[in-house]
Amino acid sequence: MHISEGILPWNWALLWFVVAMPFAGYGLYRLKKLSNEDLSFKPLVGVMAAVVFIISCMPIPVPTAGTCSHPCGTGISGILLGPAISILITAAALLIQALFLAHGGLSTWGADIVSMGVVGSFAGYFTFKALRAVKINMAVAGFMAGLLADWATYLTTSAELASGIRGDSPFLPLFWKIVIAFMPTQLPLGILEGAITSGMVVLLYKKRPDLLVKMGVV
Amino acid sequence: MKVQSEKPALECLYRGFKAQSWGRAVLAALFLYTAPCILPAASTAADKWPGVDETVVEKYAKEHGRQAREPLINTDQGDLLLFVFLLAGTIGGFAAGYYWRILMSEKVKKTEKEK
Repeated sequence: MHISEGILPWNWALLWFVVAMPFAGYGLYRLKKLSNEDLSFKPLVGVMAAVVFIISCMPIPVPTAGTCSHPCGTGISGILLGPAISILITAAALLIQALFLAHGGLSTWGADIVSMGVVGSFAGYFTFKALRAVKINMAVAGFMAGLLADWATYLTTSAELASGIRGDSPFLPLFWKIVIAFMPTQLPLGILEGAITSGMVVLLYKKRPDLLVKMGVV
Repeated sequence: MKVQSEKPALECLYRGFKAQSWGRAVLAALFLYTAPCILPAASTAADKWPGVDETVVEKYAKEHGRQAREPLINTDQGDLLLFVFLLAGTIGGFAAGYYWRILMSEKVKKTEKEK
């Protein structure tokens, strides 16, 4: 979902940057507030930051599609840390990737934060909360949260790309064309991301149920 | 001495299997769907698998007259990118393991305090 440097026209790049920054700023405020209240929450942020960074630059081959892509990791961080802090750690991961790993770009940083950080984190968080509210099993809720966070991220990337590059052509046909092009790779990878998310939520629940209670996850 | 019947044990095993059978069925279905993605034998792809950033994002951008620019720090040269990825993975993996250990040692400290 990384939109490379220079792909978006400057006005669109600026717009996504303006959209992303308040979320990242609020994430920083939440991180400071929570850290002042309880220091024991920091290691969880450390684990999640590392997980999001590694997962979102780990190319997984999909031979049936002949391409490779990566999960996002924002479903799990959205569930465990809340969407605001999840957006902040995603922004940091995307900045490092844009600077040193030739993944994404500085001008498209805002667009990438919005698709992976904002939409991915909120999609994962709300899906998990909604499914848990109707007493759905934790593993299933985690799976669906990871799956929808991944697919929502790629839908947003398609919308950002279509709106930025379309010129005079209509938006919707190009948007669907891009969504369909993503499908062969992202459908199976979304399922994989769901499985990873579900596994991590269940594992943390077994190992540190007190932490999940403290974070309001359960 | 009273000899225990094998029936309760078998019944327990059957009930346990029945309760888990839905979960297993879902896992099996997921595996069947994702297996071709990880089994090289099922590959129908060319030798090199480009990322979707190239095959989708950059392809459609090019079709609409937008080209990707060289990144500010271009590490995509020869095996440099591979090395940077390896380095990033090592540092990220170390950080994940380090903080995970702290998380788990907190649990041990807490249970010791409770005792």
